[in-house]
Amino acid sequence: MMTPIDTNPDAASASQAQISDEIAAIESDYQRSGVEETQPRLNYSPYRSSLLRHPTKDLQHADPEGVELWTPCFGEHDVAAQESDLTVGHGGEPIGERMVVTGRVVDGDGRPVRRQLVEIWQANASGRYAHKRDQHPAPLDPNFTGVGRCLTDDDGTYRFTTIKPGPYPWKNHHNAWRPAHIHFSLFGTEFTQRMITQMYFPGDPLFGLDPIYQSITDQKARDRLVASYDHGVTTHEWATGYRWDVVLTGSRETPFEKSEQS
Amino acid sequence: MSTLTPTPGQTIGPFFGYALPFERSNELVAPGSPGAIRLHGTVTDGAGAPVPDALLEIWQAGADGAVPSATGSLRRDGATFTGWGRAGTDPEGNYSFTTVEPAATNSDSAPFFAVTVFGRGLLNRLFTRAYVPGERLGADRLLGSLPAERRHTLVAVRDENGLRFDIRLQAGADGVPETVFLRYPGHRA
Repeated sequence: MMTPIDTNPDAASASQAQISDEIAAIESDYQRSGVEETQPRLNYSPYRSSLLRHPTKDLQHADPEGVELWTPCFGEHDVAAQESDLTVGHGGEPIGERMVVTGRVVDGDGRPVRRQLVEIWQANASGRYAHKRDQHPAPLDPNFTGVGRCLTDDDGTYRFTTIKPGPYPWKNHHNAWRPAHIHFSLFGTEFTQRMITQMYFPGDPLFGLDPIYQSITDQKARDRLVASYDHGVTTHEWATGYRWDVVLTGSRETPFEKSEQS
Repeated sequence: MSTLTPTPGQTIGPFFGYALPFERSNELVAPGSPGAIRLHGTVTDGAGAPVPDALLEIWQAGADGAVPSATGSLRRDGATFTGWGRAGTDPEGNYSFTTVEPAATNSDSAPFFAVTVFGRGLLNRLFTRAYVPGERLGADRLLGSLPAERRHTLVAVRDENGLRFDIRLQAGADGVPETVFLRYPGHRA
C-alpha cells in the first residue's frame, strides 16, 4: 500500500528512500512505455510542490497567430555589458570558484538566436541565494548577488563570468539537496519558444536523488541540461570554463513564410 | 521540420523574485497615461489556494493592432510601447499589469494577450491566451475548438479597472475550471 502523499511542500515528511522509490517506479514505467519524452513531466509527484500546481487536462493545440509569431525585442540599452559578469559590481571579489559559462542558443533547425536576452540567477558558492526566503544556515556573500543578463551575439553565443554555485538543502523531503545549478531564462525568435530551465554541472552525485532533475524521465533529455567542462574556455590563472548549448523548440515557419504572412 | 531536440525546461523555483522582476517590469505603459488599463487577476492551485510564487509574462499587440518591435522593455522610458511585461504574484496570488487593450492583428482574428506562466511547483512553463471580451470572439479558431464549459477560462472579464483574468492551474473540488493551457506545434512532451 502506498502511504498518502503529504501535499504540504515544506513538510519534509518523506524520506529520501521513499522519494527515490517513487522516482524509480516512474522511470521504470517510462522505459516500458517506449514513447520518448524530451521535456519534464508537469505531473510528477516526487516533486511535492507540483501536486496541486499541474494542469490535469491535456494541453490544447493552438496554431500560433498574431503576436505569437513574433518575439519581444531587447537591445543594447536594455542590458549593460557589466551585467554578464556576476563577480563585479560589489565592494570586492566573491568567494568561490570563478568560472565562465558560455554556449549557443539555437532553434530546432540549428539557426542561431541572435541578439536575444539571456538571464541567469543562482546561489552563491555556499549554496545560499540572496533571497529573503532562503534562510538555511549558509553564509551570504556580500560580494555576490547571483543575477546576470546578456544578449546573444550574431552567432547566438552568450557568455557569463560567475562563481560556481553550491548545492543547497530544501524541504521537499527529509535531507533533500538540490544539485548545483544555474537558472537560465531564454527567449527565441518566436513567442512560443520562451523557456526557463536549469543548467547543471557534470558528474553531480545528487542527480539521482533530485526529483526536479528526475522529472525529466529520459536520461538523454536530462543530459541536455548538463554543461561540459571545456578547457578551451578555461583561462590561465583566472577561471574554469564550462560550455552549455541550448536548443529552443523549432520555429514553426521559415522567415520567408513569416514575411509572406504579414 | 525541426532536426534538433529541444532542451528541457525546468521549474523557475522559489528564488526568482530578486532576479527576474525589474523596475516597472509590469508597466507596459505609465499608469494614468491615455488608454491605460490594468490587466490583473489571481493565480490559484488545485485546492483553490493562491499561488504566491508565480511569475507571469504578457506579450501583446498595441491598441492599433501592430506587433511591437521596439526594444527597451528592461529600461522603460515611459513612452515607448514594447508590448512585453513581467509580473510576479503577491502573497495573495494577485498579479497586475498596466497596459493598453490590444487590438486584433488581423481583420479575421480576435485580440488577445499571449501569456506565459511560471511558478514554483510548475515543472515547465505554461502558455495561454487572455482574450479581450467582444464580438470578435465568436469567430476565433482556438475558442471554437474548445468545449463551451472551458472556453470562458480564456476570456478576460471587464471590471472597473480594466480587465480581470484569473488563472487556475488545476481543477479541484470547488468546481472552478482549470484554465486552458496551450501546446504549439513544435512543442514535444
